[in-house]
Amino acid sequence: MPGVLRQSLAMLRGLLITGRYLFRRPVTTRYPEVKTKVEARFKGRHWLTLYGDSMERCVGCELCVIVCPSQAIYVKAAENTPERQVSKGERHAEQFQINMLRCIFCGFCEEACPTGAIILGRDYELSGYDRASLIYTKEMLTEPYPGASGRDPGREV
Amino acid sequence: MTAILVGAAARSAVMLLLMLTVCAYMTLLERRLIARFQLRHGPIRVGPWGLFQPLADAAKLIFKENFIPSRADVLVYWIAPAISMIAALFVYSVIPLGPEMTILGYTVPFYVADVNIGVLVVLGAASLGVYGIILGGWSANSKYALLGSLRSTAQVISYELTLGLAVVSVVLTAGSLSLVDIVNAQQRMWFIVSQPLGFVLFMIAAFAETNRAPFDLPEAEQELIAGFHTEYGGFKFAMFYVGEYIGIVTMSLLASTLFLGGWHGPFFPGPWWVAVKTFAFVFFFIWVRATLPRVRHDQLMALGWKVLVPLGLLNVVVTAVVVLLRGG
Repeated sequence: MPGVLRQSLAMLRGLLITGRYLFRRPVTTRYPEVKTKVEARFKGRHWLTLYGDSMERCVGCELCVIVCPSQAIYVKAAENTPERQVSKGERHAEQFQINMLRCIFCGFCEEACPTGAIILGRDYELSGYDRASLIYTKEMLTEPYPGASGRDPGREV
Repeated sequence: MTAILVGAAARSAVMLLLMLTVCAYMTLLERRLIARFQLRHGPIRVGPWGLFQPLADAAKLIFKENFIPSRADVLVYWIAPAISMIAALFVYSVIPLGPEMTILGYTVPFYVADVNIGVLVVLGAASLGVYGIILGGWSANSKYALLGSLRSTAQVISYELTLGLAVVSVVLTAGSLSLVDIVNAQQRMWFIVSQPLGFVLFMIAAFAETNRAPFDLPEAEQELIAGFHTEYGGFKFAMFYVGEYIGIVTMSLLASTLFLGGWHGPFFPGPWWVAVKTFAFVFFFIWVRATLPRVRHDQLMALGWKVLVPLGLLNVVVTAVVVLLRGG
């Protein structure tokens, strides 16, 4: 009989515990209205960053293409000419595409990049209505102005 | 005669609408409360505070494909959910929501009928609901549904005994089978005071009777998918659910009627007290579901037959002796 009593008391204690939880704030957020702040090193949407003088960092070396485990990146390099100097190296990326459907956001491209051109940003809302719209082109990936991605334009790499 | 018929028809219509609304919003209440117990938000998108969620659910269920499993016993498959729901709703013909009150010069009783064997009608109709469960599980021709319905039936039948014994002790104390008379007998003292053991037995049996956690074995998802309504979809599924939720409201109403003095309470009118007491029990049902884990089937049966039934019998004998000695 004491066992029964003890178990009944345990049930009551359980009820009290859940009862306390009823008055706690929910840990989930009302997502579209309230957005959780992502961590500083979060790996989201890619940016092609610029130097402070609006020169492109990407030199078209295609190391990111080689390192990408899901083969999501396509780069077509072109020579820089004295009339048209796009980046600080010999070449620049004429086309730069990332297939967001293939990308696994591992960040290898960012680690491989010798000039720190490609970085993974904070944005994680990357849905679309068709496949074509999810192949991000160079125009979409390049920062609108130096530092728009949140990285310091004056950094080394 | 006509006036009586019209009055009864109007009251049953109001009662039906009320119960279906209550049942629909109980699903929302349960989902919101369970969510808050688990530190979630729950359904909050449809309407303010998710208030239109039951409407959206109903619309969705009505327009679902009318699916019948192959080799099902079609007629029985169709009838079973109806039995479940009708048996659950039928109980409300005798459960009082309040005393006779005068509204705009008319005397309006807050119950459909004051039957002199009201308690028996309630228990009988609740037992008929078992047919819905067993037929639903049988007709779908699926092993999970059949196993679930067998468990369900065994459980409901075993615990009906305890429920009945708890009710018998109340009936002995009140000296009447009419629910209105039972409530009136509690004018001075609620039966929870004179029948504490009966109340505990009734509550445990009510949880088992309504197939609710911690006795929700028929719906043990891990082993039986969904129990007897595994093969049901659309509005036939909804009817089973309406039956179950109405069962919870019925047990809450019965508990407040039999043990907490029904509509008796200070200051406020009777129906208000009935609503408050019933809501408290419904909340308790949900609270328990958020807390206690499911018991094993053998534990359930052992508890029912080895503990609750003997205790119930003891309670009835002691009550009978006391009533007799007081010259009742």
